[in-house]
Amino acid sequence: MKTIYLIPFGAADEEIFASVELSLWHSFGWEVRRLPALEEPGFAFEPQRRQYSSVLILRMLQSVFPADALRLLGVTEGDLFIPMLSFVFGQAQLNGGLALISLARLRQTFYGLAENNAVTAARAVKEATHEIGHTFGLTHCLDAGCPMSLSNTIWQVDRKREELCPKCAFLLQEMPAWKSQSRP
Amino acid sequence: MKTHWQIMVVDDEEIMRESLAAWLREDGYHVETAVSGRQAIERARRQNFAIYFIDLKMPGGYDGIETMMEIKKLHPDASVIIITAYATVDTAITAMKEGAQEYIVKPCNPEEISMLVSRIIKVKNLQRENMILRKKLTRNYSFRDIISKNARILEILDLVREVAGLRSTVLIQGESGTGKELIARALHYSGDRARKSFVCVSCAALTESLLESELFGYEKGSFTGATAQKKGKFELADGGTIFLDEIGDISSKLQMDLLRVLQERKFYRVGGTEEVEVDVRVIAATNLNLRKAVQEGKFRDDLFYRLNVIHIPLPPLRERKEDIPLLVEGFIERIAHEQGKELREISEGALEILMNYDWPGNVRELENAVERAVVTCKTPLLTESNFSFLHQPAEPREWAIPTHLTLEEAEKKIIQATLQRLEGNIKETAQVLGIDRSTLYEKIKKYNLSRP
Repeated sequence: MKTIYLIPFGAADEEIFASVELSLWHSFGWEVRRLPALEEPGFAFEPQRRQYSSVLILRMLQSVFPADALRLLGVTEGDLFIPMLSFVFGQAQLNGGLALISLARLRQTFYGLAENNAVTAARAVKEATHEIGHTFGLTHCLDAGCPMSLSNTIWQVDRKREELCPKCAFLLQEMPAWKSQSRP
Repeated sequence: MKTHWQIMVVDDEEIMRESLAAWLREDGYHVETAVSGRQAIERARRQNFAIYFIDLKMPGGYDGIETMMEIKKLHPDASVIIITAYATVDTAITAMKEGAQEYIVKPCNPEEISMLVSRIIKVKNLQRENMILRKKLTRNYSFRDIISKNARILEILDLVREVAGLRSTVLIQGESGTGKELIARALHYSGDRARKSFVCVSCAALTESLLESELFGYEKGSFTGATAQKKGKFELADGGTIFLDEIGDISSKLQMDLLRVLQERKFYRVGGTEEVEVDVRVIAATNLNLRKAVQEGKFRDDLFYRLNVIHIPLPPLRERKEDIPLLVEGFIERIAHEQGKELREISEGALEILMNYDWPGNVRELENAVERAVVTCKTPLLTESNFSFLHQPAEPREWAIPTHLTLEEAEKKIIQATLQRLEGNIKETAQVLGIDRSTLYEKIKKYNLSRP
């Protein structure tokens, strides 16, 4: 059966991964499994920016895409960037197989606050749903409470709910990338 | 309303180009990329984009500023955003002076880019809305309003461009709903007569005498109720264009009057003694085969040849099905806007239904079907279920509704078939047809029908 795989870079934070896995299963209905962790992606590190290139990490993920995978979501603690932007929370292939999220800016410590794993887990759930949504062809939603809405700041992430809005849930069912897969 | 806007990203560096394009695509925009200024200019020659992101430094040929200048020559309204890794005051000033909308230094805050893009798109949406409203108000259409990638239609549009400035009479032939009036308007509004009137007359809608006074006007007292002099459509169209729709339906007397106007550009008002001279371009349209009508003696050959100086045959929609997706997209955008609904997309399944349907009513029927679907659709996407009314009935029809006949021809066929079924019984036939016996006799005589 086709599966959505998660792949951690570095040690996986159990509370965060368990939340993301449960939530993706709930939102998309496919089996969700975790692959053994990979090392932190030093190959994608850009010393001048002190950030990781999301494009290079996505390219690497292509080479470890399991044969029975429907989607592969990388999760890293590294802060991600694309050349044009100062950072990205994550990146996905629109209508493709790969997605990536960074926990760096989802952690309270990034903003000088005390670590709160429950908050990070809730944020990771929304960003994982957002990027996996892109892989099924969903684009940004105008409902600021929907996980498919565009977030450029952490407060925009926080105001999202964890479940897709009714419009995106409906659109998902109509997406060719979704329809082409047989349901579990 | 963003999905209809297209964005171009121009950068020689692959990762930069593709990652920005992917980021914009996630926001719902159609994005194209170009690896050089030269390639970007080539693409822009074929189509305009809402926003151009152009890198300042590109090797070989055109740099960012030169690329922008060339694109601005092609599309003066283009919104260009110049991207650079190193900000210098000089280049920023040059870029802005040459017409860049923004000058941004990478890496840039994602919120800044999002706001910049949505600000530009908001203005573009308002401009488009303004254009749609103005068009609706003035009905000032040009050939740019005709949506097609069909080779025959594109040839016709070339012909329209060529002959728009002439005074030669044009005959447009096509089935109902193929866009004959749109072509006529395009001819008028693309030519020298655009500033003068475009007057449209449906010849089938009026009786002979009404049509005569409608076309040529009348003098005071020329008939009961003519309390004042009235100008006809030919006079109203002086200096401009008159569009005579359904020309095949006019009586033989009017055919003769019309021939005279076409020959001499002069006529008399009904009841008038003074000749009126006009400078009018005549565009006629018909859904009939006029050549055949001439052979059958139903239409004057001399009038036919006068009208048929430039002949534009419009293909039915079933012969240009490749245009359906483009047409549907245009209709959805306009109708959703008119209905004040959030822009709706169409699912692949729904489009397949539209592609497989035969469209006897042509583009007009397609437009009506899309309007009905948009109005009744409760979701943000038009799906198969919104077009279920187009399905052919499961049981085969006893007969297919004829779509190429005049009402008279259809009437003749229906009477003949009913007479045959009822073995020539006049009383029963009249009953079934819902007319009285004397009317049925008149029609049998009129159509020269045989009783079995």
